[in-house]
Amino acid sequence: MARYSILSLARNALTGHRDWPELWRSPEPKPAYDVVIVGGGGHGLATAYYLAKEHGVTDVAVVEKGWLAGGNIARNTTIIRSNYLWDESAAIYEHGLKLWEGLSRELNFNVMLRQRGVMNLAHTEHDVRESIRRVNANRLNGVDAEWLDAEGVKAFCPTISISPDVRYPVLGATLQRRGGVARHDAVAWGYARGADARGVDIVQHCEVTGIRQVRGRVTGVETSRGFIGARKVALVAAGHSSVLAEMAGLRLPVESHPLQAMVSEPLKPVLDCVVMSNAVHVYISQSDKGELVLGAGIDSFNSYGQRGGLHVLEDQLAALMQLFPAFSRARLLRSWGGIVDVCPDASPIVSKTPVEGLYINCGWGTGGFKATPSSGWTFAHTIARDEPHKLNAPFALDRFTSGALIDEHGAAAVAH
Amino acid sequence: MMRIECPWCGGRDETEFHYGGEAHIARPEDPDALSDEAWADYLFMRANPRGVHAERWMHAQGCRQWFNVLRHTASHEVVAVYPMGAPRPDHPETAA
Repeated sequence: MARYSILSLARNALTGHRDWPELWRSPEPKPAYDVVIVGGGGHGLATAYYLAKEHGVTDVAVVEKGWLAGGNIARNTTIIRSNYLWDESAAIYEHGLKLWEGLSRELNFNVMLRQRGVMNLAHTEHDVRESIRRVNANRLNGVDAEWLDAEGVKAFCPTISISPDVRYPVLGATLQRRGGVARHDAVAWGYARGADARGVDIVQHCEVTGIRQVRGRVTGVETSRGFIGARKVALVAAGHSSVLAEMAGLRLPVESHPLQAMVSEPLKPVLDCVVMSNAVHVYISQSDKGELVLGAGIDSFNSYGQRGGLHVLEDQLAALMQLFPAFSRARLLRSWGGIVDVCPDASPIVSKTPVEGLYINCGWGTGGFKATPSSGWTFAHTIARDEPHKLNAPFALDRFTSGALIDEHGAAAVAH
Repeated sequence: MMRIECPWCGGRDETEFHYGGEAHIARPEDPDALSDEAWADYLFMRANPRGVHAERWMHAQGCRQWFNVLRHTASHEVVAVYPMGAPRPDHPETAA
């Protein structure tokens, strides 16, 4: 892998930047691999990277039915934080945030992490109590968290309205200063480049159509480009997880829904933090290009359509107008949808399955982007060792049978 | 936005309806007799097909009646509307 540096920049400037190497190869799939990862999104690529780097497993293919990083990694609102309520969640998301903090250096690729601070607003007495409870829980788990009253919110984010003359006035907020945003494409590309350099084959436009098993053990995947043998198969397909699991005869506690987002025209710098509100329900940040990036809740119905209803966008814009009346003149550029795989407890599944050699990583729902590093890191461990790391052991598929759910509907901050 | 044909009120916008998830999930007659796996399957496991999905809707801002719908989860096309309690109609494209 050609390392990026000030020297390589200067060297390539001399040749007019025409000779930069490709970030990854596009090999034909081999007949068989140790591990086939199904899904070339952020989590799949991170899994491949950590398999190669942390566990020395390099005979790996990532097969992707579309193009690399064209799904949810390209469609999210890039918010990163780790302020979840329960110990299990705080541990896995905080591990992820620590990985984020070193990621640009580790990958030699600028993921443009901007730790601007994430505020989760409280609008009712109940919100206030829950928020302070979460701040306390976060601190006990070593996650940075602060409680701000309404004046504190205004001081941290002068653009916001804390007027009491609205139905749901801002009463305060939790603040995680280490939270922020990153450049979503760069994360996928950086992991892909790093995995490729360690020998991982990234095979795009290769749709898995079947999972072959012999006596309860995985032997490979049928694809649109022929059979690919594998000792281990790892499913990381977000919204399409149920479709893949069914190929292996598994039912999942997951439902797929559209989650929409949108951006405004680029504006001068006006918002230098991330603001999220459960109660009036919108989340917003400003991208480096100046666009306001907005999102909120899922569309209610099951869908694989990567689009949703306009009324869902209208609801979040109404919320935005209450919080930021100044943005009423901003014009929207575009909106889009992604398909998120939602679990009943709003927590993910990073797990072995009843089929030997088959692993699944899904159910990240509306909040998977922030978890990209820790999802890949723990899933790689699970695949390489054939047992979960202690960070993802609580996120096993069998928690729905044992009843040990991890209810994060509050901290997920997105209505489902 | 989808248009949904309420069996009593006719075609209305999706915003008038409340979605009720997968249809035809019957509560087990004797939960105590079930294994943990069977109970988890009833409570949590869902078909979630990419294709025709049998699901419940309620006309929340109209007649407030529940009914079943066959709808394609990729095209969002409603292919059948039928009463609660009726069996799932045959449809050439079965659930994926």
